[in-house]
Amino acid sequence: MAFIAKSLRRKDNLVVRNIYRYVLVYPALLGLSFVFMFPFAWLVSTSLKPDPQIFTFPPIWIPSPIKWVNYPRALTYIPYLKYFLNTLFISAANVLGTIISCSLVAYGFSRIPWKGRDAAFIVVLSTMMLPYQVTMIPLYIVFVKVFGWGDSFYPLIVPSFFGSAFFIFLLRQFFMTIPLELSDAAKIDGCSEGGIYWRIIIPLSKPALATVGLFTFMFSWNDFLGPLIYLSDENTYTLSLGLAMFRTQRYTEWSMLMAASTVMTVPIIFLFFFTQRTFIQGITMTGVKG
Amino acid sequence: MKRKGMSNIEARNIRNGLIFISPFIIGFLCFILYPTFASFYYSFNDYPIFKPPKWVGIEQYKTLLSKDPLFWRSLYNTFYFTIFSVPLGAIVALSLAFLLNAKVKGLALFRTIFFLPAIVPTVAASILWIWVLNPQWGVLNYFLGLFKIPGPGWLADPVWSKPALILMSTWTVGYDVVLYLAGLQDVPQELYEAAELDGASAWQKTIHIALPMISPVILFTVTMGLIGSFQYFTQAYVMTRGGPADSTLFYSLYLFRNAFVFFKMGYASAMAWILFVIILLGTLIVFRSSARLVYYRGKA
Repeated sequence: MAFIAKSLRRKDNLVVRNIYRYVLVYPALLGLSFVFMFPFAWLVSTSLKPDPQIFTFPPIWIPSPIKWVNYPRALTYIPYLKYFLNTLFISAANVLGTIISCSLVAYGFSRIPWKGRDAAFIVVLSTMMLPYQVTMIPLYIVFVKVFGWGDSFYPLIVPSFFGSAFFIFLLRQFFMTIPLELSDAAKIDGCSEGGIYWRIIIPLSKPALATVGLFTFMFSWNDFLGPLIYLSDENTYTLSLGLAMFRTQRYTEWSMLMAASTVMTVPIIFLFFFTQRTFIQGITMTGVKG
Repeated sequence: MKRKGMSNIEARNIRNGLIFISPFIIGFLCFILYPTFASFYYSFNDYPIFKPPKWVGIEQYKTLLSKDPLFWRSLYNTFYFTIFSVPLGAIVALSLAFLLNAKVKGLALFRTIFFLPAIVPTVAASILWIWVLNPQWGVLNYFLGLFKIPGPGWLADPVWSKPALILMSTWTVGYDVVLYLAGLQDVPQELYEAAELDGASAWQKTIHIALPMISPVILFTVTMGLIGSFQYFTQAYVMTRGGPADSTLFYSLYLFRNAFVFFKMGYASAMAWILFVIILLGTLIVFRSSARLVYYRGKA
């Protein structure tokens, strides 16, 4: 009897769960998907509109004719290629600097037992609490007035070669999961710490390093305040800065603004689709284990 | 003999350890410790960047707190933004994660849809939303019109400009959705099964199992959200420049203005330190008040 009651209840549960899923979950998900996606549709639609169709009510979703020419117009009005290359250069340099410095530092904090290590690591963690605004002004004064680095990429690149707390933390967590026996075996074979770092830890940590690289890339691709402070010569603009300036100059030319915004977004969306796994794993790594 | 050998290893480990963390030591001294002290020092100095700093004591703090209405205005705007955007973002992200966790088909597709807005470069997203929020031709007011709701002026209206930015920030909760979803998928299935045997409803399982199990993740995202929203800058700079009528003059925007438009480096440094203290206190309050609400699995 108990068995029958139980299986009945399980069946009940299944039916209830399916009703719940089809009546509540899917409609909610579809509705919310629409809410999250319509700005994208609006972006692409506007970017392809001829001017008179932009200011219409109700809005026209599918422009006719489709004005592809808005894209070349937007991309020639701002020196898009130059901004793109500037941004790419800064982002790539940041990725390189962050991966090298953070992996070295994380190694020192996870694979070598030394006195005072844990106390020093607390210093690393505590730097995460410091808002950018506190160090921003003295760094600006040093970089621009003392070093004469205004309108150059140095202020946006050099600091990345000296580690950042968040990625040091992330890599340290990852390095700690690699068995210490591997290091011991290598040491018996006469391998130095540098050799262990380069031949064992780095090859085993490719997924974590990919995550760090990806996040660093996204972050510097997206950065606005840094370029805004340091770059005033148009030839040094990044995409973010160039697009913001474009907006102040041509604030009514919505089709061109939308075309330029689309072109800035597309590389990131491509990057996301090619690195989705790394991305999702990386986010999970930052939060759940953090 | 043996003892000496040990200390040799210890000494070598210390040396190697310091060599490996040397990039951080240099970076810490040059890019964190020095600027932190310098900024503290500047905050007691009148420092128009083209002249050397002049000591004025706590004068600038006094001016900020008692004679600068824009300081209070920017603080109010920032608190307003934080108080609404952080909880709203958490609720929306949690709801989405719960929906996605209901073993739906097409999970990867839905997750991508909710995540994509979060990776749109901030400046591009800002420009897009100026147009979405356009009172006359924007698509948001068009949709509201379909439901016979008269759309407000959004960014053009001092009352609606902050809600508009809060709305936009809710659009970019994707990172948190992914985090919460991962947390939910990590909850041991046995817990749900045990609760089912005891006759727990779906709602009870959500409240009494899922939420406590992911409470550390919630604490993490809320803390990060809090810190982030106190430094909210790019969107306001690109979309409104602080207007209309200073209704979106956020703290970081006003700080930026003092530093790089008026070149009042000392005054801006004082603002930076007040911000630092607020963030520290805010984090402390969140941690203290959540201590009883957050459940850590490792601990008893």
